[in-house]
Amino acid sequence: MIDSAVVVTEENTAEIRPDEVITQSRALKDEGFRFVTMSSAELAESVCVLYHFDKDLEIRNLRVDVPKGSKIGSIATVYSCAFLVENEIKEHFGVDFDGIPLDFQGMMYNDEEVQRTPFCNIGIKRV
Amino acid sequence: MAKTVLPFGPQHPVLPEPLHLTLAIEDEIVKEAIPKLGYVHRGLEKLAEIRDHNQMIYIVERVCGICSCMHALCYCQGIEALMGLDVPARAKYLRTIWAEMHRIHSHLLWLGLFADAFGFESLFMQFWRIRERVMDLQEETAGNRVILSVNQVGGVRRDITAESAQWILDTLKLVEKETLQLKSTILDDATVKLRTVGKGVLTKEKAYELGAAGPTLRASGIAQDIRQTGYAAYSELDFAPVVETDGDCYARTVVRFKEIFQAIDLLRQAFAKLPEGELAVKPKGLPTGEVVSRVEQPRGEVLYYLRGSGKKFLERVRIRTPTFANIPPLLDMLPGCDLADVPVLILTIDPCISCTER
Repeated sequence: MIDSAVVVTEENTAEIRPDEVITQSRALKDEGFRFVTMSSAELAESVCVLYHFDKDLEIRNLRVDVPKGSKIGSIATVYSCAFLVENEIKEHFGVDFDGIPLDFQGMMYNDEEVQRTPFCNIGIKRV
Repeated sequence: MAKTVLPFGPQHPVLPEPLHLTLAIEDEIVKEAIPKLGYVHRGLEKLAEIRDHNQMIYIVERVCGICSCMHALCYCQGIEALMGLDVPARAKYLRTIWAEMHRIHSHLLWLGLFADAFGFESLFMQFWRIRERVMDLQEETAGNRVILSVNQVGGVRRDITAESAQWILDTLKLVEKETLQLKSTILDDATVKLRTVGKGVLTKEKAYELGAAGPTLRASGIAQDIRQTGYAAYSELDFAPVVETDGDCYARTVVRFKEIFQAIDLLRQAFAKLPEGELAVKPKGLPTGEVVSRVEQPRGEVLYYLRGSGKKFLERVRIRTPTFANIPPLLDMLPGCDLADVPVLILTIDPCISCTER
């Protein structure tokens, strides 16, 4: 039986560098993993981004620590459905995803007058 | 024919909640759809910073009025995993019972809204009339029709008596009989089929690749249902996902219709096996670590990512709802469909926008 509440451990989570995120996601896709979603949390100097995948109901995570206000590659080139959650994390945490096919420019939920990311106290870079 | 850009929503007769789509159309055929969200964003995840992990149960129940109890279940089982709590067997069964009641009323609600979307007003009223019986069951057993507030960390807050259980089983017979009476109308009627068969096809490959969830996924031929993991009492109940293979609007309707009867069967099994015992264990300590918790809601898989550091307040509560997962598949289904089919097609993912935006 597979747990539906899975504690994040080294066994189910691989820690990777920001520049590895696209290649690692592609490797998981080639293994037949489905993209479920991404989560994020603010750390002292960075934002922790967790990518959740599953295959036969089993969860596998990739963890990336992204320095605050910096860029990371969008995995929408691998899993096109990731664009929505990447936009959400960009808006809430200020992580800039390079190459999102549909970029809401930090205004997916919030209006233009909101100039700070609500979950991570840094300014939104508007293009 | 030149391309025309047409705004669809956020206010539209078929949309109970605001969703905006910018549709690029040529000769009334949709070529592209771009979503716009943000009309009902409430920042509920942010509230975790000022509400402790027990108070958050009341917050997450309010993410959605249709599947409130399942949000609380998913959240509580995540906290329980972090705290190493073993929930009593009776509580697991009661959680399953309320969750399946939610599934029945949600699917009946959707079938009614769906009938209304293609102009079948009387069918809409019939489905909602049956749904009222389930709402009465929820009110009787939980004290509330919508926000049940039955889950707590470590178990459940309320019990179901033997008398109530019998009344529920009697009522379910009526729900089953009356829903069956509508089967030929919703599934065999020529006009209904005209609006649904072959419309908005999502192939099996696309459903998987685009991360579809729930009936939208299963109607495309993929037998994935988080209940297969056996959370709550599902591991002790006889259960197999309802699957259709055509991936169109009709298949998604069939899946939801059949899941009503599946839920009734699960309720009967759960009451037959309902063990005696405690309703909850007392939590000790505070949540520490990270957990990914998933539950199968009526609309599909909901995911909670919780992060605690041994304090009363969680560091992060992240919620991914099934409609959020079903928006990319929807954007894939829309190109190529007639403009007149757009409302019906949107409804077949059973969109809940307040869930999606939280």
